[in-house]
Amino acid sequence: MMRLRRSHLICCAASKEKMAAHLSYGRVNLNILREAARKELREFLDKCAGSKAIVWDEYLTGPFGLIAQYSLLKEHEVEKMFTLKNGRLPPADVKNIIFFVRPRLELMDIIADNITSEDRHHSSRDFHILFVPRRSMLCEQRLKEQVLSGCVQVECYLENDQTSLYHTAKGLMTLQALYGTIPQIYGKGECARLVANMMLRMKREFAGSQNQILPVFDTLLLLDRNVDLLTPLATQLTYEGLIDEIYGISNGYVKLPPEKFAQKKQGEGSKDLPTEPKKLQLNSAEELYAEIRDKNFNAVGAALSKKAKIISAAFEERHNAKTVGEIKQFVSQLPHMQAARSSLANHTSIAELIKDITSAYIIQCFPIKSHYVNTYIEDCIAQKDPLIKILRLVCMQSVCNNGLKHKVMDYYKREILQTYGYEHILTLNNLEKAGLLKPQTGSRNNYPTIRKTLKLWMEDANEQNPNDISYVYSGYSPLSIRLTQILARPGWRSIEEVLKMLPGPHFEERQQLPSGLHKKRQQGENRTTLVFFLGGVTYAEIAALRFLSQVEDSGMEYVIATTKLINGTTWIKSLMDRPESPTQ
Amino acid sequence: MIKSKVDEEDYWHSSKFKAFTFDDEDDELSRLKESRQAVNNIRRLVEEDDDEDDVERVSWSGEPVGSISWSVKETAASSQRADREPAFPKISTDTPSISRSQSGYSLSSLFKGKPKVGNFQTFSDALTDSSVRLYAPELRKPKSEYKAVSLERFRTLQDKLLLLDHAIAAHDGNVITAVLIYLKRTLCKEVLFRELESRQTALRHFIHYLSETQNQRLLLELHRALGRAEDAALLQYKEHLSITDENKRRDFLKNCLSLPFSAEDLAHVQDHYTLLERQIIIEVTDRQAERGGKVEIFQKFPRKALILNMPLITTLYYCCFYHYAESEGTFSSPLNIRQTFKISEKQYFVTALAARAKLKAWLDVDALFASRNWLGFTRKKSPLSFQRVVDILQKNSAPTHVLQDYVALVDDGELRLTLAQKHKCHDIVISTYRDMKDRQLLLGYRGKVVRGSAEERKIDDLLSNPQIRWKN
Repeated sequence: MMRLRRSHLICCAASKEKMAAHLSYGRVNLNILREAARKELREFLDKCAGSKAIVWDEYLTGPFGLIAQYSLLKEHEVEKMFTLKNGRLPPADVKNIIFFVRPRLELMDIIADNITSEDRHHSSRDFHILFVPRRSMLCEQRLKEQVLSGCVQVECYLENDQTSLYHTAKGLMTLQALYGTIPQIYGKGECARLVANMMLRMKREFAGSQNQILPVFDTLLLLDRNVDLLTPLATQLTYEGLIDEIYGISNGYVKLPPEKFAQKKQGEGSKDLPTEPKKLQLNSAEELYAEIRDKNFNAVGAALSKKAKIISAAFEERHNAKTVGEIKQFVSQLPHMQAARSSLANHTSIAELIKDITSAYIIQCFPIKSHYVNTYIEDCIAQKDPLIKILRLVCMQSVCNNGLKHKVMDYYKREILQTYGYEHILTLNNLEKAGLLKPQTGSRNNYPTIRKTLKLWMEDANEQNPNDISYVYSGYSPLSIRLTQILARPGWRSIEEVLKMLPGPHFEERQQLPSGLHKKRQQGENRTTLVFFLGGVTYAEIAALRFLSQVEDSGMEYVIATTKLINGTTWIKSLMDRPESPTQ
Repeated sequence: MIKSKVDEEDYWHSSKFKAFTFDDEDDELSRLKESRQAVNNIRRLVEEDDDEDDVERVSWSGEPVGSISWSVKETAASSQRADREPAFPKISTDTPSISRSQSGYSLSSLFKGKPKVGNFQTFSDALTDSSVRLYAPELRKPKSEYKAVSLERFRTLQDKLLLLDHAIAAHDGNVITAVLIYLKRTLCKEVLFRELESRQTALRHFIHYLSETQNQRLLLELHRALGRAEDAALLQYKEHLSITDENKRRDFLKNCLSLPFSAEDLAHVQDHYTLLERQIIIEVTDRQAERGGKVEIFQKFPRKALILNMPLITTLYYCCFYHYAESEGTFSSPLNIRQTFKISEKQYFVTALAARAKLKAWLDVDALFASRNWLGFTRKKSPLSFQRVVDILQKNSAPTHVLQDYVALVDDGELRLTLAQKHKCHDIVISTYRDMKDRQLLLGYRGKVVRGSAEERKIDDLLSNPQIRWKN
């Protein structure tokens, strides 16, 4: 009889990875976190005694690549690895088959298919499932319903299953176990309050053991996405943000159309164009990318051309190299120069690709606040711009105006259904349920006050040499980041009124530190805030926070954590009914 | 802080905000060109057979050797691959001179994005090097604390509800779902639904559970029991998506009309039904016409796809393409469709324009704009800006003499000139320069027209015309 044993997650593996990728060095050493995750992985592998094969949900190879590599798995008797596919598993002479999967129903069906098509003679094998980031009752139920029911005993562990909030609170407890108790907790929004409550409760439950680690973080700020729905609806205008909006960055990689990357060498005619997408890794280890990722896209051209001049000049140096020593020197630098050149070539290509996407793709706050917004959206529909763009615009208008006038809303709905198909009644309904789209009620629209107090719309955003976070959306400052900035200075007390207008409670909690762990701050030493975005954060918001960290006299450093990275497209898609349904 | 209403209006209407654009004219593009040029030049300068390798090493084109995804493929083929296995991630570990000691990096310097390639220490290194050995505390509770729990001992309704309330209080969705699955099995529907009504969180989980497991029937019952008639109606309407046969789908939609939708949604569903009904009729008729081979348009432009289940506007386009001249009485007449579905003037206009332009029926295009004033003069009127009109025509490769008429109607002088230059409407450019009395620009433009052409002669005539008082 086959046994199906399931095990619990590597706590937070998937979401922590996001911080790790950004912050592998610096005062907060995130290696600790990764090491802890590796340890858990090793323990898990050792629990399944004997030789093993891993069947991967392909999506997870990325995140796992960030905490471990194949050699580690091999040390623990992993002999084969496969990708999860329907049908029979490839042959492997191993004792254990382990599925590493996300808790998704469709994946459960594939696993069930794998196991049932398994050769009965091979029945000495054990099957295990590792759910990342966590188990899901729904998935187990599905597995049970599938043919497995006869031959599998399902035990039910109640612990360690978490919804995302519970999960976040747990993750933050882990983080404090590693980096010390965070003395101050601020938060805004319903979810923030819930997470903080859970953290405080968990702390009480652990009352016996005092954490003796010197705190790394001075402050924790919990921000509920619900407090700022507008920001992810607009198109991010930083270089990295635009790459994500247009091509989607996943686990630090992006897949791009290959045409622009074709190598044309001298003397060769037009070679066959490659058809495979070009996959590029994007991270700050690449000097040029580190320089431009957070820039407004309109400042990228200048940065690239500056770089081009430097590199060209470096290559020109070879004419000056006369002596053997000089030539040797030049040659020794060649590899570095060539790496720089190919980096420049890649980013020039990406910038060209983005530029080729017409500005019609860009969704800005700009038209929303003008009096011709209705005509603008109407025109966008008439020229059949992508439905997602239309939905983003309409939702933006609704969010900024505390709802839409009945007549306007009816008009939009009709135009959308006529142009993109009546079945989108369901999508529109979902948007209404999510509160992104609503009819105006009598209540006062507070948005203008919020906007003005927090200086959200800046008329003179400096895209080239930014002096304010609003540069990341070319003139619009993400409310989430403005709240973060004001919390550091002059403090939330100065915006009490506005905080009350925003949804959900705002609060401050203090956690007692054992005496002796109070930090003696050096003069000029920066304070560190961990900003946790509940419900997702955009690359542009991250860029804005990095910008704040950079400002000379801010005295604050920010570490960012989130449940996921989002952009308007992925966000709206998640609310759409059958997003893949053909429109035209 | 709160300014007057007028101020507010002014603010919203002020045009001080510049829209973010990728304008071709700005120097952004020329800068990109610069760097593209530099890239190409250097490529020519250096012989680089190994160039592509370099790219590979820095950028994971395919996957870096040793990574998990790479290994998945490799081990599937053969499991003997121990020798070459550089560390992950393979990011220019061989780039010289940037490696520095690990300490002394503040977060802000990280945020400034300085290169710290050398620091990207891999874990295998960290493991072998005892000085960097990291402290990894226990994250989970010891194994013994995980217990298999049976829910069966919660027998009375009161116990079960208490269990549910505890699950809700813990904010743990999986526990809530587990309890709900147990309650679903052990309680009668009426009781379960009633208790869920006062527990919104649990209700949300239950609805999610039912929709994920595609238990439509129970979900419908739940909606109905809780008086969520509209939700139930929408849920039922949604089922049409899984019906592939168009006749069955039409009949299904017809049945949906009796569901308790909101008045607004009902109107949409009614339109949906009417549209599909029509599409089916049009499809049958047109298929016959196409097969019969007698109708010229179907021979000249064979249909590429069925019109069934396409959006309304697409259907209108189709009808403007194949059935433009039909009298208002037929199902496929564009005018009839416009009226039945109350299509806005602009939508109708754009669609008809695009369809007729595609057919290069320039007379039809012209007629769309015709409007007589009370003196009987015709003049071109459009619910759409003429810039957009030009755009649509140009996309359908309208010839210059057609474009010219519409470029001339663009209100904004500067925009008109730009468009005229872009679409080579020489006459407009030439007369604009003449009106500006700008001899220099006109001279410059002479170089852009075909030598010996009528345009060139026109320019020459103007340049030699003594009556014009040039400003330069």
